[in-house]
Amino acid sequence: MSRTLSAPVTVSFDYTRSVGPVIGRFLTGLRDGRFVGARLSDGRVVVPPPEFDPVTHEATADFVDLPETGTVTSWTWVSEPVAGQPFDRPFAFALVTLDGADAPFLHAVDVASPDEISTGLKVRARWAAERTGAMTDLVFEPAPVEPVETPTEPVSTSSTNETPAEPVTGIVTPVSLDYTYAASPEESAFFRGLSEGRIVGQRCPKCEKVYVPPRPACPTDGVPTVEEIELSDTGTVTTFCIVNVPFLGQKIAPPYVSAYILLDGADIALQHLILDIPVDEIRMGLRVKAVWKPRDEWGTTIENISHFAPADEPDADFDTYKHHL
Amino acid sequence: MRDVAVVGFAQRQLQDYDGSPQCAELLVPLFAECYEQTGWTKKDIGFWCSGSSDYLAGRSFSFVSAIDAIGVLPPVNESHVEMDAAWALYEAWLKIQTGEVDTALVFGFGKASAGVLRRTLALQLDPYTLTPLWPDTVSIAALQARLGIDAGLWDETAMAEVVNRSLSDAEKNEYAVRAGGSSVADLLARPMFADPLRKHDAAPVTDGAAAIVLAAGDKAREVRERPAWITGLSHFTDGLQLGTRELTRSESASRAAAAVGGLDGVEIAEVHAPFSHQELILRRDLGLADDVRINPSGGPLAGNPMFTGGAIRIGEAARRIWDGTADKVLGHATSGPALQQNLVCVMEGTN
Repeated sequence: MSRTLSAPVTVSFDYTRSVGPVIGRFLTGLRDGRFVGARLSDGRVVVPPPEFDPVTHEATADFVDLPETGTVTSWTWVSEPVAGQPFDRPFAFALVTLDGADAPFLHAVDVASPDEISTGLKVRARWAAERTGAMTDLVFEPAPVEPVETPTEPVSTSSTNETPAEPVTGIVTPVSLDYTYAASPEESAFFRGLSEGRIVGQRCPKCEKVYVPPRPACPTDGVPTVEEIELSDTGTVTTFCIVNVPFLGQKIAPPYVSAYILLDGADIALQHLILDIPVDEIRMGLRVKAVWKPRDEWGTTIENISHFAPADEPDADFDTYKHHL
Repeated sequence: MRDVAVVGFAQRQLQDYDGSPQCAELLVPLFAECYEQTGWTKKDIGFWCSGSSDYLAGRSFSFVSAIDAIGVLPPVNESHVEMDAAWALYEAWLKIQTGEVDTALVFGFGKASAGVLRRTLALQLDPYTLTPLWPDTVSIAALQARLGIDAGLWDETAMAEVVNRSLSDAEKNEYAVRAGGSSVADLLARPMFADPLRKHDAAPVTDGAAAIVLAAGDKAREVRERPAWITGLSHFTDGLQLGTRELTRSESASRAAAAVGGLDGVEIAEVHAPFSHQELILRRDLGLADDVRINPSGGPLAGNPMFTGGAIRIGEAARRIWDGTADKVLGHATSGPALQQNLVCVMEGTN
């Protein structure tokens, strides 16, 4: 048996970002199948355009259209791609300097092997059929060897070209990260106890407080809480809240009660649900007992306890839990 | 300016730590080592400052849980940076300079093995034009390496020499997660991972934690016969856009070195270069003389826990002052893609 329990976990969130006038102009260009760069105060033409000039710190204003062809100025071979990259098979990332630009930017080049790419390779953009105004609207591919007519001088667009009717004002950037999540050794003991129908806490050797779930260190003394204590599954409601607001992923229809329950023998309350009692009868000091799911449904999880229900005992004296609020 | 010294250092580096993402159980013994080295208790620590990031292992507010390892009743004076703990050290040094406190314990922790580190780090890039492509850190470093090779600034042999020296030195480091020199020819015979980088050109994914104790004036002299006095501390950053940076140089490293009056006289430098070619960039742009001994610990290519890899460089360098090996040392830390941010910490045996 390994020292700790672990399980896969995925953390994901879609970031919705407004892009502002400069990046918005660049992304609008991508949506329309063209590159928009900027001429900086030092004369360099840069794509994507920075929002502010790196030297003068003035807002970028001198925009230029650039051709869809360029040159690889550095490259690497992604032998083991990770999720979300432009290809899910080996491919090249490259720094590509567009014709007429003075600085490169990073993107993917669609070649089948590292033998097909080299510094100096001429490439051109291959646009996606459906474009949204994002870096993922294109990849690069080797350009045909015959010369293509590209303007040698970038075309200034700041005064001549009209802004597209519906500029791109925002992007959604999905972020999803996969982890193997491990519990601490102390938390692992707690979850393993639950799989046997036991609630296991640990006592701090210095302050002698009993923590449940046990923590990697006593938050008062900063020492490991080594001594294991088996706790009763009966306890006292120290404080509670009535959940009236629905939210994503909610498992029980509101209103319901989430409470802090001070298990007998513990010095820190455990948060759990209180059911089997009208929400307007819930109160501090109420004695409650764990309602366990059927044994064949148990795992190494706090969900083995379905909820807590009134224990059919007189309420606890305030003095018995006043130090645990 | 107050005289401030590094007087305590403890570390752990692990290939695959099986404990919690907040690493509190890993920090408890590290703090105990710091107390043992200083003869102090937590009451003697005026300020606590940590470096970590929740993205690394997917645990929210892990830096809050981690302070369980301190024991914070009554509450302690505490802060946190989402950077390598070397930057937490900078904050702690400033805090001591203000006169509010005389001592500080700086720590960092990270469990990089819980996720796919090179992918997670794509979140430190420009979120509009880079993160959507998920450029992994190894690929970005490889683009940087090739630029230098194409420009004739270094070659694969020079990179392999850095690796061979690092892994040979790492044999003497009990915390190294990768060690064992071979030969440049053997290293060059190994397959490419991210052409022109081989796996050994990149720091191994490392879990770990570290703690460093700072003290001012007489408090430092109480602890050590030869405290590692911080005589120069500075950090700078390069811009966000990879395309407009000159990637074969590290301007921010040059500026940081200039800000501390240059690095003349440094005998030993612990340089935080997570990729072999980046050590070559840093040696030049930090202005390190040819005879400076680089990374006697084995350096980051032997073990590089995220959020402590830089702080460990400072701790390793400080040890060379304590034990009298050197009179002037450098601890360097980097953060961000392709050496974007750089911090230098010069320490001397006399202040």
